[in-house]
Amino acid sequence: MDRTFERIPSGCAISGIMNVAGQRISGEKIIASISLMHDRSNGLGGGFAAYGIYPEFADHYAFHLMYQSERGRTLTEEFLNKHFIIERGEPIPTRPVATITDPPLLWRYFLKVPEERLYKNPEPVDERDYVVEKVMYINDNIPDSYVASSGKNMGAFKGVGYPEDIGRFFRLEEYEGYLWTAHGRFPTNTPGWWGGAHPFTLLDWSVVHNGEISSYGINKRYLEMFGYKCTLMTDTEVVAYAVDLLHRRHDLPLEIVAKVLAAPFWKDIEKMDEEDRKLYTALRQVYGSSLLNGPFSIIVANSKVMMGLNDRIKLRPMVWGRRGDFYYMASEESAIYEIEPALDEVHVSKGGEPVIVRLKEGE
Amino acid sequence: MANLIPPRFKVVIDYEKCRKCKRCVINCGFGVYSFADRVIPDHKKCVSCQRCVAFCPEEAITIIENPNVFRPNSYWTMEDRINIMKQAGSSGMLLTGMGNDRPYKNYFDHLLIDACQVTNPSIDPLREPMELTTYLGKKPDAVTVKVENGKVKLDTRIAPQIKLDTPIIFSPMSYGSISLNAHKALARAAKECGILMNTGEGGLHKDLYPYKDWIIVQVASGRFGVNQEYLDHSAVVEIKIGQGAKPGIGGHLPGEKVNREVSETRMIPEGTDALSPAPHHDIYSIEDLAQLIYALKEATNYEKPVSVKIAAVHNVAAIASGIARAGADIIYIDGFRGGTGAAPTIIRDHIGIPIELAIAAVDDRLRAEGIRNSVSIVAAGGIRHSGDVAKAIALGADAVAIGTAALIAMGCHVCQMCHTGNCSWGIATQRPELTQRLDPDWAAQQLINLVKSWSLELKEILGALGLNAIESLRGSRERLRGIGLNDTELAILGVKHAGR
Repeated sequence: MDRTFERIPSGCAISGIMNVAGQRISGEKIIASISLMHDRSNGLGGGFAAYGIYPEFADHYAFHLMYQSERGRTLTEEFLNKHFIIERGEPIPTRPVATITDPPLLWRYFLKVPEERLYKNPEPVDERDYVVEKVMYINDNIPDSYVASSGKNMGAFKGVGYPEDIGRFFRLEEYEGYLWTAHGRFPTNTPGWWGGAHPFTLLDWSVVHNGEISSYGINKRYLEMFGYKCTLMTDTEVVAYAVDLLHRRHDLPLEIVAKVLAAPFWKDIEKMDEEDRKLYTALRQVYGSSLLNGPFSIIVANSKVMMGLNDRIKLRPMVWGRRGDFYYMASEESAIYEIEPALDEVHVSKGGEPVIVRLKEGE
Repeated sequence: MANLIPPRFKVVIDYEKCRKCKRCVINCGFGVYSFADRVIPDHKKCVSCQRCVAFCPEEAITIIENPNVFRPNSYWTMEDRINIMKQAGSSGMLLTGMGNDRPYKNYFDHLLIDACQVTNPSIDPLREPMELTTYLGKKPDAVTVKVENGKVKLDTRIAPQIKLDTPIIFSPMSYGSISLNAHKALARAAKECGILMNTGEGGLHKDLYPYKDWIIVQVASGRFGVNQEYLDHSAVVEIKIGQGAKPGIGGHLPGEKVNREVSETRMIPEGTDALSPAPHHDIYSIEDLAQLIYALKEATNYEKPVSVKIAAVHNVAAIASGIARAGADIIYIDGFRGGTGAAPTIIRDHIGIPIELAIAAVDDRLRAEGIRNSVSIVAAGGIRHSGDVAKAIALGADAVAIGTAALIAMGCHVCQMCHTGNCSWGIATQRPELTQRLDPDWAAQQLINLVKSWSLELKEILGALGLNAIESLRGSRERLRGIGLNDTELAILGVKHAGR
């Protein structure tokens, strides 16, 4: 086992579980894992991303909305009605929890994109681009409204509070998913507010993040050039947008995306064989502005993949392990052993080296 | 009337200490000293270049500002009055050298840099890798890859890129305006530091051919020294449109400076004035510029980036956007503090805008148009130390160019008399007895030391910011704060006020 010295044992907590065979489990385990790392949070934010939870609406975009006012809900529903077919809209079920106070209005909608919307223009519109544009519009323009998640057969559940309380508030033990990620927040650079909790999502991408991105200023300005609007008062959303840009729009494999976000050093690029040197030199030349500089450990997920990644000099902790088809990633080893005492293998992830776990073919 | 003008400086000689060695007489390029039993200074000729002070073995010489005062007037400065007297006596334009020395607001000094405390760790550059490598050139919006036998391979052809080991290059100073020894020092230092020197518009002396991979060759309105061989001995080809010290006007190298070597290098007859027209007479519009850019790309087989150098003027953002769209790979922007070998004082002191505002405006505009990737920005014009370098990069520049600072490293004391050709330090002169004073090896080492010092300081700044690659600072205005700036200034610079 390769252990790297961890310099920053503070900050947020992250955890992730994925069953690569697609076997679904309830939210109890992820809550148990994240709650073990209680002291890494300060009660100002917790959240979960869950995949495979809406099999009855698997082909619909599941929009999780947070409203600060009824007016926000009215305006957003008008907007959704205009641009989507709403299959169902309902409040997200919650239970009262003493420590969770003043929640926003929480609603979810199962949406389809009307086909004529995609062909009306002279050029066909990519359905996902269409959805991204609408999400950006709501977050940026409709008052008191914030899209917490917008992917198919997945959802983000997040808010202000300790993550275990947020989990109980959202009754996550009643959901079943094959991929769960979680976050406990110790906000330092942005105010604790419901929209600012992790995970951050776009389509079915979700990101939970421990760290502070020192290059946020340029990452944000770079992404804005491609139409992304960073409105959420936190640095983590740039990770979600950067992954969307590089993987979905620029068609780079996830392994390569990781090498853009946590780029190899020039001194290491010089040692590569000629083809790799050309590739990595080009990546740094072109994507220098999307290098995530500063301390981070992140778990990025979509319906098929869970990826753990550390900054290139490993300034935040991250451990991963496996038991059969179950893969685990967490800020602390103990948070994995808490829910799976008999691991087949366990590793400390290396700086800048992604750990990528994929759903098995045909699942 | 000229002799009625009081001297600007007074040469104070301590005759108790003076041993009459006459070093001051020999060293002064301006003929201040004569000797009759003892050293006699002609105060009116003194420009305070400090050569005599530095070389007097007895430390017997002090140059002071003339304590004689005109009746104080906060509107009619002494300088204004003296300039009027000079012009009344001469009926000519006043000339000067170096950059704008007027007390305009200096935005660099109203910007402060961030640092990490607790929540994100600062990084120790002595213990961790710290990367300053910068590539200049046109970048595509996206990289495309192909997967062959499970291996990911590059599938995009990237336009030519020039690697800099540190984001600091030397700004254009022509052979003619400065001496060949100064040019040699710049070229040697550029090679040693892994950066670039820039020929300016005076052609490239053959002695510098071995340094071709570290040289930007300029194509200016006078087209001095431009031929295929010239273009071939370069890393980058630059079209010079304007200069920060004299936007919108041409250049004039007096015939006295055009000796045999300068004449050969510039490809003009010996002793003739070298006149650069104000505009390029084949560029009267942006589409003409595009033609010249592509003519130069054709001539260099699309293997070299083409840079376009402009002065920072009011409409610089729109001009830069046009240049990017015309096909340039690099835009070099020269702010109003940028230096010159000779310019009319009135032009130098009143035309152009500060480089800080120009960088911010250009970077914003190119981003708003989604074309920032397509061009690199080199910023110049008054970069005094590594703090200015870091601020320029945080505002949006890819690299900076230094001219005045490089000259100071070689001995210049900024006396602003470059246009006279009398440089006592052997830099801005062609007089053989003066140029021989500058040892190119010594001067190169001075330049290398300067670039290395600034690079070390840049690494410290990056480390304090918790960054380990210069590209994470580039355009990251979130890491800057303004101090003592109004809302409009903050908006143009794209920074928050300190405390926010």
